[in-house]
Amino acid sequence: MLGWTLREVSAALKQGQITPTELCQKCLALIKKTKFLNAYITVSEEVALRQAEESEERYKKGHSLGELDGIPVAVKDNFSTSGIETTCASNMLKGYIPPYNATVVQKLLDQGALLMGKTNLDEFAMGSGSTDGIFGPVKNPWSYSKQYREKRKQKPHGETEDSNWLITGGSSGGSAAAVSAFTCFAALGSDTGGSTRNPAAHCGVVGLKPSYGLVSRHGLIPLVNSMDVPGILTRCVDDAAVVLGVLAGHDCRDSTTVQDPVKPLTLPNLTDVSKLCIGIPKEYHVPELSSEVQSLWSKAAKLFESEGAKVIEVSLPHTRYSIVCYHVLCTSEVASNMARFDGLEYGHRCDINVSTEAMYAATRREGFNDVVRGRILSGNFFLLKENYENYFVRAQKVRRLIANDFVNVFNSGVDVLLTPTTLSEAVPYVEFIKEDNRTRSAQDDIFTQAVNMAGLPAVSVPMALSNQGLPIGLQFIGRAFCDQQLLTIAKWFEKQVQFPVIQLQETMDDCSSVFENEKLTSVSLKQ
Amino acid sequence: MAAPMLRGCCPGRRWALACIDHSSRHGRGAPTGSRCSGKRGQSSVAPQHLATAGKPRKGEHEWAAVVGLEVHAQISSNSKLFSGSQVHFVAPPNSLVSFFDASLPGTLPVLNRRCVEAAVMTGLALNCRINKKSLFDRKHYFYADLPAGYQITQQRLPIAVNGSLAYSIRVGAKRSQVINKTVRIKQIQLEQDSGKSLHDDLRSQTLIDLNRAGVGLLEVVLEPDMSCGEEAATAVRELQLILQALGTSQANMAEGQLRVDANISVHRPGEPLGVRTEVKNLNSARFLARAIDYEIQRQIRELENGGEILNETRSFDFKLGCTVPMRDKEGKQDYRFIPEPNLPPLLLYDSESLPAGADPQQVVNIDQIREQLPELPSVTREKLVQQYGMLPEQSLTLLNEVGLLEFFQNVIKETRAEPKKVTSWVLNTFLGFLKQQNLAVSESPVTSSALAELLDLLDRKAISSAAAKQVFRELWANEGKTPAQIISEKKLELMQDQEALEQLCQATLEEHPQVVMDVKKGNPRAINKLIGLVRKATLSRAEPAVIKEMLEKKLSS
Repeated sequence: MLGWTLREVSAALKQGQITPTELCQKCLALIKKTKFLNAYITVSEEVALRQAEESEERYKKGHSLGELDGIPVAVKDNFSTSGIETTCASNMLKGYIPPYNATVVQKLLDQGALLMGKTNLDEFAMGSGSTDGIFGPVKNPWSYSKQYREKRKQKPHGETEDSNWLITGGSSGGSAAAVSAFTCFAALGSDTGGSTRNPAAHCGVVGLKPSYGLVSRHGLIPLVNSMDVPGILTRCVDDAAVVLGVLAGHDCRDSTTVQDPVKPLTLPNLTDVSKLCIGIPKEYHVPELSSEVQSLWSKAAKLFESEGAKVIEVSLPHTRYSIVCYHVLCTSEVASNMARFDGLEYGHRCDINVSTEAMYAATRREGFNDVVRGRILSGNFFLLKENYENYFVRAQKVRRLIANDFVNVFNSGVDVLLTPTTLSEAVPYVEFIKEDNRTRSAQDDIFTQAVNMAGLPAVSVPMALSNQGLPIGLQFIGRAFCDQQLLTIAKWFEKQVQFPVIQLQETMDDCSSVFENEKLTSVSLKQ
Repeated sequence: MAAPMLRGCCPGRRWALACIDHSSRHGRGAPTGSRCSGKRGQSSVAPQHLATAGKPRKGEHEWAAVVGLEVHAQISSNSKLFSGSQVHFVAPPNSLVSFFDASLPGTLPVLNRRCVEAAVMTGLALNCRINKKSLFDRKHYFYADLPAGYQITQQRLPIAVNGSLAYSIRVGAKRSQVINKTVRIKQIQLEQDSGKSLHDDLRSQTLIDLNRAGVGLLEVVLEPDMSCGEEAATAVRELQLILQALGTSQANMAEGQLRVDANISVHRPGEPLGVRTEVKNLNSARFLARAIDYEIQRQIRELENGGEILNETRSFDFKLGCTVPMRDKEGKQDYRFIPEPNLPPLLLYDSESLPAGADPQQVVNIDQIREQLPELPSVTREKLVQQYGMLPEQSLTLLNEVGLLEFFQNVIKETRAEPKKVTSWVLNTFLGFLKQQNLAVSESPVTSSALAELLDLLDRKAISSAAAKQVFRELWANEGKTPAQIISEKKLELMQDQEALEQLCQATLEEHPQVVMDVKKGNPRAINKLIGLVRKATLSRAEPAVIKEMLEKKLSS
C-alpha cells in the first residue's frame, strides 16, 4: 500500500480500507527503517500522529476535507513550519523554530495532510546533489533497489556496496528520496534552477516546477526570489496535479502571485496527441549529454511522432548563456537575502562580543558553509557600484533574452518542449564530490535553469531505467500558466512509458547487514 | 546677482550669497556637482526679488554656500509600509513587530495602500510629477536596528519627481519684508524606517527596539537651492505645514516623525560647486539652522586656511553647537542596490488610464486623490490676507505657530471686534506672552473665549485699551476668571462721568504749571506727559484720545 499513488491511497482511505493513523504509522515505520537514506532532517512524528487522529475523526464522521485528508506528506526543510525546527541544513538556522507556516504548508494542512517531517537538502538549497548540508548527504533509494543491485552484481569489480551509493541530485534530494522510498505520498521541494526536477529525475519520481507566480513563496526561505518556486514531488503526474490544485492561487502575503482565480486542476486522459506540436531545442544537444539519455530523448520524440504529434526542432539561442547569467543573478540575490542572518534576531550567534561588527563576522563565518559564503562574496562583488552595470544589469538583459527565446518558440505554435532533465543518471557520491559544488551546479542545471529564468512551468517525468538500472527522467516545458496543459501531456507520456516501480522491499529487509555502520535507532516498528 | 540677497536673510554672514546658479546642482552621489543644462527655469523665482535688498559689502562675494536637504517624514498610517504591524509613537519596546519586521526568513513585503496614497498626495501638493510606474530597491548595510540587512527604498524610479516647494523668508530690520522663494523637489520616495538602537554604555550593550522598523517614510529630496540655515529651516517648516495639512505625516520633529539631513558645500561664485558634507539626523528646526550655518563657516574657515573639505558624514553636537564627523560612517559605503524582487512595479492610474472593471481596492487613482487634496497653507495664508486684511508676514506667523491659527479663528468666531484688532492682539499680546514663558498655544492660560470676551469689551468701549492689557495680564495670571470679573474687581471700566474727567484734567493742569508752559512753548511731547498724568489719575479708565481732546480744549481756552 505504501507504494501506491496518492490518489490510490486517498481512495483507500475514503473506502475505509485503511485509517489515517494506520497509514501514518506505516510511513513513520518506514522512515525509521530508511533512516540511513538521510532523507529527513526532522521527523515530526507527534505532529503527524495527532493530525492523523484528527483526520480519522473526520473520516469517521464522513467529513473528509478532500483528496489530501490523511495523506502523509513531507516538506523540504527550507519551508517555514510553525513549531517545527526549520534549518535549511545550515548551522545558521540550527535550532530555529519558526512561529508561522509557509502558505503552501498551511494549505496542505488545511486539506488534512499529515506532516511527516522536514527533508534534507543542500545548505540553503545551494547545490545539485543534496550533499552539501550540515546533516550530511542524502542517499538515493535506487542505490538499494533490486533493479540497480542486480546490474551491479554483473559487474566484475568488487567494491563494497555501501561506498557506491548514489546521490539523489538536488537540492530537494531529501524530498525526492522520501517520495521514492515510499515514506510519504507527496513532498514539497523548491526549484530555483532545477532543484525539484533534478532529484526527481535521479530518484525516479515526478518533479513539477509550477509557473512562477502560481504558487505562493511566502514562508519559503529564499534562494533567488525572482526564480524560486515551490516544487512538487510525487509518484505520478496525476498526484502532482492534485497537489498543485491545492497549492495554486493568489496569496495576499506574496505580491508576486497572480490575482486571477485558479480553477481546480483535473487532468483529462489525452487520447489523441496528433494536434500537439512538440519542440526539441537543438541547443540542448550538448556534448556532455550521456548517450543513454540522448537515445531515450530521441525515443520519446519518436513516440510522440508515431502517435501523430508534430515534432519539430526549435532553437533557444541564448540558452547557452543561461549558466553564467544565472551565476550573477543568483549570487547577487543570495548576497542580499543572506544579509538578514546576522545572529541578532534568530539563528546562530557566535560568542564574540567585542563589537557588533565582530559578532556579525564571526556569526556568519560559523553559520554558513563555504558554498554559501562563496556565493555571498561573489554576489556582493557583482552588486558593487562599479560592477553593477557590467554584471547585474547585463545579466538581467541576458535573462530577458533567454525568456524571449521561449516566448518566440511558443509563439511559433509549439505546445511543449521536450528535453532531458539531467545529463545522465545519478552518479555515486564518491564520483560526485570530485568536482566542487559550483562546477556541479553549473553542469547539472544546464537543462533546467533557463526555465526558472523565464518563469515557465516544467515537469520531469521518469521514462525508463538506464543500463545500470537507474531512473532517467525527461523534462517537459510548458507555456507560462499553462501548467494544466503541460501536466496533461506529461500524463499521456507517463502512461505510454510505464516506468517501473522501484523494488526496494527485499533490499530493505536485509539492509541491516548492509548498513551495519549506520546506527539505526529502530529497524522495525510494530505495526 | 546674488550677494545682496543673502544679507537680507542672514544678516552679517560672510558667505552672503545664495542660489546663484540654478542650473548647477549637486545631486546625490555627485559630490562636486555637475552642471546640467536642461529646463530648470521654474527655479528662477528667488533672485529677482532680492536684487534690491541691499548693496554688497566688501568681501562678501568671496564664498557662496549651497544647501540641499533630505527630509524623512514618517507617514501617518495605521500600519507599517510592508507589514500589518501597528504604528504608534509610544508603545512598549518590540511590541509592534510582525514576523516581517523582524525579518524572519521566508516573510515577504506587502505594500500598504495608505502609504502609497500618502506619497501621491504629498507629491501632488508639492507640484511633483507622479510616476505611474515606480520601483522598489534594496539598499544594503549592516546595522543592528536594520533586521533584514537592507532597507527597501525607491532608488531607481521613485513615486514622485520634479516638484517644487515655495516658502517665504522674512527679511529687513524688523523682519517685516517677506520674500518668496522656491526650492526644487528632486523626488519623493517611499521607504522603510529602521528600528532604534539604544546604547547602554555602562554594560556595553546595544538594545534594539523594532517598533519603528518598517514604518513608512517619505523621503523628500530638496535640491541644493538654499544657501543658509534659515532658508533651510524655513523650507522645512513649510514642508512640515503642508504634510500636516495633508495629514500624510504628523511631522513632529521632536518625536522623530520628521528628520532632516543637510548637504552643504561652499564655493566661490562662478566656480564649480565645492565638495559637500552631509550633516545627519537634525531633529529640530533650530538645530537644523544652527548646524548648517556652523558647517558653512567651518568649511569656509577650512578652505581659507588652505585645508580641504572631505566628502563625509557629520553630526551636529547641539551642546557644543558644532558638527563633528560620524565615526560609524567612516569609509566608503557601497549600498549595493538591487531591485526588490518580491514587489512588482507599483502601478498608479488616473481616471483616463484606469482599467475597466478594476477593483477600487486594488488600484490607486491619482485624479481621485487630487480631488481630495485639502487646502494648503499657502492658500490659507492668502485667504487670511484677503479676508482679514492681514499682512503677509502676519499670516506667516499665524500658521507657523502650532495651534495659533485655530486659536485666532476661534477668537474671530466669538468676538465682534475688528479682525485687524484680533490679529494684532493674537500676534502681539497673546503670542508675546506665550514666547516670554516659552509656552505652546495649547498651554496658554488664556482661552480663545476669554480673549474674545475681552476684545468685545474693548470694542464697545467698556474699557480702555490700556485697561484691556491689564485685564489680559490678570487673565494670564488668574486662570478661570472672566474678563468681566476682573474688570469689576479692579474697577477698570471706562469713566462714563465726563464731568469727573474734566475735573481731573483741570486738576492736573493746575498741579503741573511747568508742563503747561512747555506745551505753550510749542513742545509737542509735553501734551503727552499731561495725558499720561491724567490717565494715571483715572487709573487707566479713560481713553487717551478723549483726554487729549479735553486737555487741548482747556489749554486753548
